[in-house]
Amino acid sequence: MTTVAPRADLPAKSYAFLRRPKKETGIWSWFTTVDHKKIGILYIAFALLFFVVAGIEALLIRLQLAGPNGTVLTAAQYNSMFTMHGTTMVFLAGMPLAVGFGNYLIPLQIGARDVAFPRINMLGFWLFLFGGVFVYSSIFFGVDKMPNGGWFGYTPLTSTPLSQGFLPGHGPDFWAVGLILLGIGSTTSALNFVVTILNMRAPGMTLLRMPIFTWMMLVVAFLTAFALPVVTAALIMIFMDRNFGTLFFAPAAGADPLLYQHLFWIFGHPEVYILILPGMGIVSEILPTFSRKPLFGYTVVIFSGVAIGFVGWGVWAHHMYTTGLGPATTTAFGLATMAIAVPTGVKIFNWLGTVWGGAVRLATPMLFSLGFIAQFTIGGLSGVMHSIVPADTQQTDTYFVVAHFHYVLFGGLVFALIGGLYYWFPKVTGHMMNEKLGKWNFWTLVIGFNLTFFPMHFVGLFGQPRRTYRYNAGLGWDIYNLLATIGAFVIAISTLLLIINLVISWKKGKVAGADPWDARSLEWSIPSPPPAYNFAELPEVTHRDDFWHRKYTEDEQGMLVRLPSGGSDNDADTADGHSESHGEGHGNIHLPSPSYYPLVFGLGIPMVGYGAVFHMYWLGALGILFLLFSMYAWGLEPSVDEEGAHE
Amino acid sequence: MTVTEALPAVEPAHEPEPHRATPTSNAKLAIWIFLASDFLFFGAFISAFMLYRARPQNGKVLADVLDIPFTSATSFILLMSSLTMVLALAAIRRGDHRRTRLWLLGTCFFGMTFIGGQIYEFTSFVREGFTAQGNLSGSTFFILTGLHGLHVTIGIVWLLSLFGLALQGRLKGTTADSEKVEIAGLYWHFVDVIWIVIFTLIYLIPYKK
Repeated sequence: MTTVAPRADLPAKSYAFLRRPKKETGIWSWFTTVDHKKIGILYIAFALLFFVVAGIEALLIRLQLAGPNGTVLTAAQYNSMFTMHGTTMVFLAGMPLAVGFGNYLIPLQIGARDVAFPRINMLGFWLFLFGGVFVYSSIFFGVDKMPNGGWFGYTPLTSTPLSQGFLPGHGPDFWAVGLILLGIGSTTSALNFVVTILNMRAPGMTLLRMPIFTWMMLVVAFLTAFALPVVTAALIMIFMDRNFGTLFFAPAAGADPLLYQHLFWIFGHPEVYILILPGMGIVSEILPTFSRKPLFGYTVVIFSGVAIGFVGWGVWAHHMYTTGLGPATTTAFGLATMAIAVPTGVKIFNWLGTVWGGAVRLATPMLFSLGFIAQFTIGGLSGVMHSIVPADTQQTDTYFVVAHFHYVLFGGLVFALIGGLYYWFPKVTGHMMNEKLGKWNFWTLVIGFNLTFFPMHFVGLFGQPRRTYRYNAGLGWDIYNLLATIGAFVIAISTLLLIINLVISWKKGKVAGADPWDARSLEWSIPSPPPAYNFAELPEVTHRDDFWHRKYTEDEQGMLVRLPSGGSDNDADTADGHSESHGEGHGNIHLPSPSYYPLVFGLGIPMVGYGAVFHMYWLGALGILFLLFSMYAWGLEPSVDEEGAHE
Repeated sequence: MTVTEALPAVEPAHEPEPHRATPTSNAKLAIWIFLASDFLFFGAFISAFMLYRARPQNGKVLADVLDIPFTSATSFILLMSSLTMVLALAAIRRGDHRRTRLWLLGTCFFGMTFIGGQIYEFTSFVREGFTAQGNLSGSTFFILTGLHGLHVTIGIVWLLSLFGLALQGRLKGTTADSEKVEIAGLYWHFVDVIWIVIFTLIYLIPYKK
């Protein structure tokens, strides 16, 4: 974003407490950067790290369950593993990956130079990273003392005070405080995305010209901003109950444990859409590009996404059918759950209609997107089954449910995210990912994924319960569990292929031009990797899929004709992606300058966290001093350094 | 917000507006969404309070300890602080720096009076045997009103910081500076509005005997 000229009315006196960081390159620059592209890369890199950690936890779970009466983990360790697997995948892998994509892509897709609040953006990253490290630091008290009450942390199991605790140790405290910290981070990034998308659009980029990914991130940002405060409140109640003797969830005092379940799932079900909508957005970008057709029913895709966002607030109690809510309540939530399948189903037909009759290229991003459609549909179908209350009552807490949400979140979301990695990697690095490895990656993942989770449908209906650390032989469950464990290791191999592909392609991949896929949206109109200022001149948007319309027009028969000089010409791009026309005109672009304060502020946060968990009030007070200092220093530091940072 | 919108705005001297797709500035848009988010945060605690409000409890309950005339007085003072907040905004929009400082400090003073009243109320409740650990009524009351008090305290620190800037002459009558006051004001009004809800639900609706 272009910033205001130096203000004559500011006094000359400077309030810099720390010398302003100047470096734009090197390791240290990554600590102080406020560039949305670098922050996006940081999010994605650390989210992938947490994805691998959670994957290792899943492998341990599968090893334990490979055969009857497994001995790999103790019951307590098993509890920690499934709790940390769920918590990590949701809060430390799924959400930050989407935020990473959003960070990198939203400003590029709407024709902006940065997000609305660059320093708050970096703060959001530090809160994610320190929140994740904070939760995982509980491992120093033993694997079985890690958070162990399930990712949903039902009370009174998690809320009973330490002294009489069902869950001794500090596991639930680390979990509650860590999730509060992560929630603050997610909320800051959500505010940032909403303001960026609404306010920073380039001239002519009306809401109904925005790329679908940006649209879905707008819906997700609203859901995040309104869902997370509710769980934050519930976590505060748990923490107060455990540590300060309040009675929010104490049945002996007449409290209602269902209060927690309602509060958690009022957050928890929108959270499901917070996770899946970015995946839907990514797929809606990839399919048109590789079908060489515009997205079928663009406005319908948007409004069905918005509809999912709204109806998503009215289905939470379908997680609670077995708690005795009464027939009227369960019927209402059952109907709402059926209703939310409609906009979801509409989207699937939109995607099929996009591919239908298109000039389909089966490159790796396309393969992952098609895999998304197939597997997400299976997960969606078993989801609709859960709206039928009597059926769900039988399936609750069995492996059938585990199969269902892994089809949605792994078969759906993770496939979409990996497809997105392959799709935008050339934009981020200027190099293509290896197609051959990519195809191996895809097919091993399809095989491994379905081998792991399809048998769980059966074994769930046969009655195998979730969150149970072993089972007896002779129940007819053995072969399905063995297959699932084998499948899990195929997934591990596939993930390894993905990581190898990312690492070797980062520097050594085939050089990509600005627009290697012949794509449609604005991010492909600038060099790969994009310059710090993104757009030398802010684009004037005249069409939906604006970049496509700069490249192509239609003749009288409706056939595509390439415009001679439209858009960025692949051949003219040099290896580093800088064509001549991009070099000009950025001499006086003021970009937000790097800053230490997001890091300082971020460091204060885990201090407050540890202070709270261990009742070390001096540490908490020190943390609050860090926060206060960095907030004042931050507030008094101009977002653009007037002396430096001019090119 | 009709009161503040109707006030005359001083035209900025030399501030080229950055390109913006909506008429609302980034910071103002962000604070509105944050406040909406914060409403839901309070909503969860209010739900807990209302769920447990009519349940039979052991020991002293709210009906035994509430001093409604006293809290009505401090509530009135808090609500009046919204008026001084609006006056502070009007003053900076007029470029009247003396009154800006006066009303900012006045708002802080009213806020601190309210917090002082809350501290007195909490200590007297505890002395009478009504505590956060005693029963559900105590847990929900102390955490809900305590978090509201925390919000007021943050507001006071925020306004005092603006007052400090104003003292140093760093708060001019430009649009950007008056917006700083306006945003703090939005937060302050929000805290007041929440208190109206809390006060009604906890203090005004009678408890069944």
